[in-house]
Amino acid sequence: MSINYIYPEFEIIRDAARCTQCRICEKQCANGVHVYDDKTNRIIADESKCVNCHRCVALCPTRALKVVKTEHTFRPNANWSGQTIEEVYRQAETGGVLLSSMGNPTSLPVYWDRILINASQVTNPPIDPLREPMETKVFLGPKPSRIERNAEGGLINNLKPQMTLKVPILFSAMSYGSISYNAHAALAKAAECLGTFYNTGEGGLHEDFYRYGPHTIVQVASGRFGVHPDYLGAGGAIEIKMGQGAKPGIGGHLPGAKINADVSKTRMIPEGTDAISPAPHHDIYSIEDLRQLVYSVKEATRYQKPVIVKVAAVHNIAAVASGIARSGADIIAIDGFRGGTGAAPTRVRDNVGIPIELALAAVDQRLRDEGIRGNVSLIAGGSIRNAADVVKAVALGADAVYVGTAALLALGCHLCRSCQTGKCNWGIATQQPELVKRLDSDEGAARLVNLVSAWNHEIQELMGGMGINSIEALRGNRLMLRGVGLTEKELEILGIKHAGE
Amino acid sequence: MTIDAGLYDFQGLNEKIRAEKGDVTIERCLGHRFIGAGESERTITLHGTPGNALGCYLNGATIVVEANAQDQVGDTMNDGKIIIHGDAGDAVGYAMRGGEIYVEGSAGYRAGIHMKAYKDKKPVVVIGSKAGSFLGEYQAGGIILVLGIGCADDEVYGRFCGTGMHGGKIFVRAKELCRVLPEQVHAEEADETALAEIKPYLEAYSQYFDKSLPDDGKKFFVFTPNSKNPYKKMYAMN
Repeated sequence: MSINYIYPEFEIIRDAARCTQCRICEKQCANGVHVYDDKTNRIIADESKCVNCHRCVALCPTRALKVVKTEHTFRPNANWSGQTIEEVYRQAETGGVLLSSMGNPTSLPVYWDRILINASQVTNPPIDPLREPMETKVFLGPKPSRIERNAEGGLINNLKPQMTLKVPILFSAMSYGSISYNAHAALAKAAECLGTFYNTGEGGLHEDFYRYGPHTIVQVASGRFGVHPDYLGAGGAIEIKMGQGAKPGIGGHLPGAKINADVSKTRMIPEGTDAISPAPHHDIYSIEDLRQLVYSVKEATRYQKPVIVKVAAVHNIAAVASGIARSGADIIAIDGFRGGTGAAPTRVRDNVGIPIELALAAVDQRLRDEGIRGNVSLIAGGSIRNAADVVKAVALGADAVYVGTAALLALGCHLCRSCQTGKCNWGIATQQPELVKRLDSDEGAARLVNLVSAWNHEIQELMGGMGINSIEALRGNRLMLRGVGLTEKELEILGIKHAGE
Repeated sequence: MTIDAGLYDFQGLNEKIRAEKGDVTIERCLGHRFIGAGESERTITLHGTPGNALGCYLNGATIVVEANAQDQVGDTMNDGKIIIHGDAGDAVGYAMRGGEIYVEGSAGYRAGIHMKAYKDKKPVVVIGSKAGSFLGEYQAGGIILVLGIGCADDEVYGRFCGTGMHGGKIFVRAKELCRVLPEQVHAEEADETALAEIKPYLEAYSQYFDKSLPDDGKKFFVFTPNSKNPYKKMYAMN
């Protein structure tokens, strides 16, 4: 066997005085880091297997454990980081495409953190959300451009089907297969309780979850897994997935090992075979072709469901969105380059796509310039981390936001970015029954409801501070934003002024 | 019930079809799209040329086309039958999971792309003459049959046949295989078991189109994936 060049990234520090050899850490770690040695009556750890998910740390009854980053280092080099060197070793060893998960962790700019929100002082009073009604309800879908009346002068209802959200936040697409049954159950229950939606991703809809239908977005992607007339009819909206922020331009690949009996049933494919979602839809080569798929799902559902088209934020996103807004789609979801994933090639995740902040601002402006902003609603995703990000996204032009990573964090994810291994110790990104049962879906749902309710309160506080009492009045209201430390070009694209202006 | 499609646009026609209960015959079809979307049980007979995505999400209905069909016949079809007395365009049977499609003549590019199978659902596409390039690309299940009636061996299937195939079978009738196949596709002459598997579909073809296989010395070859997981070894965990 050749030498392993890769030194473990983390060290496990065990306080011998506190450790009672209860072996909980050993039982809890699906990666097999902790092993009890009966000769010495001690637990030893193989750090090379540790992903720093904190499961053992959180469950240790005596707080005897902590995981720290190793101080072992390569000779410092500003060009060749330790990570870069190790990736070369890994590929030299395996010949494989590097596979990662969750969102882009690199230090590229986060524009949310360079944008500040306005508040009213003296000339326009702030509103106290504890006392005054604050509206955060949104309706997603095209808005009619004119009032129509019948021969008697009565109003004709020309409003196309809308999605009604009590909060401007939806849970983004995560398939059953990439995440567990219990994770899906938690998202579904929370969406129902919050009056919003969760999204099946391209994994079909489990029969147990049809009852959450009105709060479900059913996704149609290139592999068409689990797509059939009942599925299309079951959701409150249908999403056509063209792309994903974490991996624009490439498809999905759920390895056969994750296709157990239940996942196979939901995706309607044989057990144990790979589920490959090709990079393109093989019937879509143009906006005209997209229009055809949009109308095919509309025909199949009798024009009763809004249709979302989800795309990754890429260089020419404004032109792409302009096309989608003319395709018959009712809602456009744009996913920024920091969006999460259950598995994506590292190079794609870290180098492809553009920030959601710039993409969203460019799209909203383009659709306004072309007079078609009312044709569609916009959902922004791809790393919305807190209520302030939501407020900034809405002010840049979003009608609502998708959250994925934050929702998983609420369920217990510790962002160890190892979903691709399928051994999630928190029962989220795994299909192993003994791991899945660690996640209680009721408790998970309650935590999701807490998170989104808290954000909604914060959104109301921030809105109230600006003297705005309806989220509709905040949408595209870029005067409420200022940039700090941004170039003129960045400010121009964001459509905001610099702080102090 | 007979509907004159010439009076309606596609939305109007499809609404009209849905409003009718029971079997319908459509006259003067002029490229109307999405006919039969998600329909179950009844029979729809079409005269004239239907447009793209005929029988998309079909769920048990039978569609008979007395002419050629265009692209994406039976897109994501779940169950039922589509019988085309003519040629079909590109991507016939895209991602279909169940049911049967019979094309009397030839099909365009990407026939049977990403066809699946699930338990008792085994989709079948039968193409009478030849199929274009990318036949059975990403195929995950089901059976594609190309009968090669009246066409040369180098035309019966095009380039990149079975690229990314990871399930199902492609049967091709030829004197010999002329075209190169991708690495992950395994080809051999069909044995008796394989021939028995396709017999009912050949009989159905003969019955629908009143045609039998010519005595031209051609035999059946069967293409299967080399491995269920063609991309298994492609990745390194990072």
